Amino acid sequence: MSEQKPLYREFTKGIIKENPVLCLVLGTCPTLAVTTGVKSALGMGAAATIVLVCSNSVISLLRRVIPERVRIPCYITVIAAFVTVVQMLVKAYAPSLDKALGVYLPLIVVNCIILGRAEMFASKHPVLPSALDGLGMGVGFTAALVLMGTIREVLGAGSWFGLRLPLAGSHPILIFLMPPGGFFVFGMLMAAANRLNTRSRRHTPESGCAACPMNEACAKAHEKKECT
Amino acid sequence: MEDKLILSPSPHLRAKTNTTRIMLDVLIALAPAAVASMLLYGFHALVVLADTVLAAVAAEWISRKVMKRENTVGDLSAVVTGVLLAFNLPPSIHPLTAAFGAVVAIVVVKQMFGGIGCNFVNPALAARIVLLTSFPKAMTSWTAPIKLGSAKIDAVSCATPLALHASGEDTPLMKLFLGTTGGCLGETCALALIIGGIYLVFRRVISPVIPLVYLSTAAAVSLLLGEDPLFQLLSGGLMLGAIFMATDYTTSPMNTSGKVIYAVGCGVLTMVIRVFGNLPEGVSFSILLMNILTPLIERATVPKPFGEGRHSREKA
Repeated sequence: MSEQKPLYREFTKGIIKENPVLCLVLGTCPTLAVTTGVKSALGMGAAATIVLVCSNSVISLLRRVIPERVRIPCYITVIAAFVTVVQMLVKAYAPSLDKALGVYLPLIVVNCIILGRAEMFASKHPVLPSALDGLGMGVGFTAALVLMGTIREVLGAGSWFGLRLPLAGSHPILIFLMPPGGFFVFGMLMAAANRLNTRSRRHTPESGCAACPMNEACAKAHEKKECT
Repeated sequence: MEDKLILSPSPHLRAKTNTTRIMLDVLIALAPAAVASMLLYGFHALVVLADTVLAAVAAEWISRKVMKRENTVGDLSAVVTGVLLAFNLPPSIHPLTAAFGAVVAIVVVKQMFGGIGCNFVNPALAARIVLLTSFPKAMTSWTAPIKLGSAKIDAVSCATPLALHASGEDTPLMKLFLGTTGGCLGETCALALIIGGIYLVFRRVISPVIPLVYLSTAAAVSLLLGEDPLFQLLSGGLMLGAIFMATDYTTSPMNTSGKVIYAVGCGVLTMVIRVFGNLPEGVSFSILLMNILTPLIERATVPKPFGEGRHSREKA
């Protein structure tokens, strides 16, 4: 692992370069489900960010205590604890958001982004970088959700954050609220993120392990010589 | 002497036909139905038709320009897509909505997957489904055909024969055959569509396997389910779908056994959706589903190379 990387990079990498939804393609299920509106997208993003920062910090603290063989159940327990806290808070202070998110709020427990960051990052790094990584990933997740929610809500419902828009409001294109429209917007955003990434680092190889955003945490890291 | 000796890899026999000629034949075959739609629905039909064709061609031209690829407007495939899409729309559709559909067909379904020959489903049908799910109200309000010599009324709303059938009211078969009913622009006049189909088969643009198997499967299934087969064949988009949509080269299997499987699948699905489904019409969904299954059908029906023994492929 590169030690000389400045600390803020752990935060910024999650926003575009390793955006959890658009580049790592993690957490697809909540992404498609909650982005029918900006409000629920923002709520989902915020809830996941809180859980991500907390669980990353705690797992990083416990990284020398957790036995290698049962690490996944341990991570899940930690994550589930924070999700329960967040869920209770949302239920108490934002019941309408709780209703909008439905089953996807408790399902943050099994969100790949959170488990993935615990496995890939927090279990191998000290607390401060882990927390920053969690925050960066959370912000990236939220940004992707809000962007997708904006496109889908404006085109599909003719409103933004529940506010009726004057022009788009008269002829909403319903398909954007349905799963096919969700997949379509998702694909277009992934293509855009890919374009941004390849433009900023043209000198790096386009295929093989070195081009993969998961490169650092790859399970096949020890076989890397063979797989290039 | 040396000029006469041409060295080239196979194939050595080439047909004189090309994509433009085939598309032109399809357009000629679509012409009777286009004329019928203008006679039936008047000026609206012309507006929708011109609108989708222009939008499709413009979308094709712009997307090829943006992608910096060789421009393929000249092969007329975008014109065919535009006409087919117009045939799948109700006469009262707003021109902007129709143009949106044409852009979806060309940009999303065709060009994003690589242009002509690479689309995974029929572009016009996919666009119809996108419009149907996006604007359900505009896509299911039908206007009655113009009665010759009637008073000047802009449009009278009415239901399609299949919707009437669902509520227990039957339309005379002769009306269905001539198309003097409510429906999408190009789907109502079975006579014009059949003339176009015969022209295509005669010109060898399409093989008659898919339309014939599709229609006879639909008729057989409707007999089994206790429906009137002739009514089912003549109503809705079945004729248009079987002759012009299901026979798209890119999205239908290549050899005859594959074509039979594909067409049987289309026929069964159409009738199942019509009789048991929520929607009155199932032609577009069934063709799209079979389009998606086409690669699998192709894999299952690979022809045996001449001279190869029964087991030689397994050894290799």
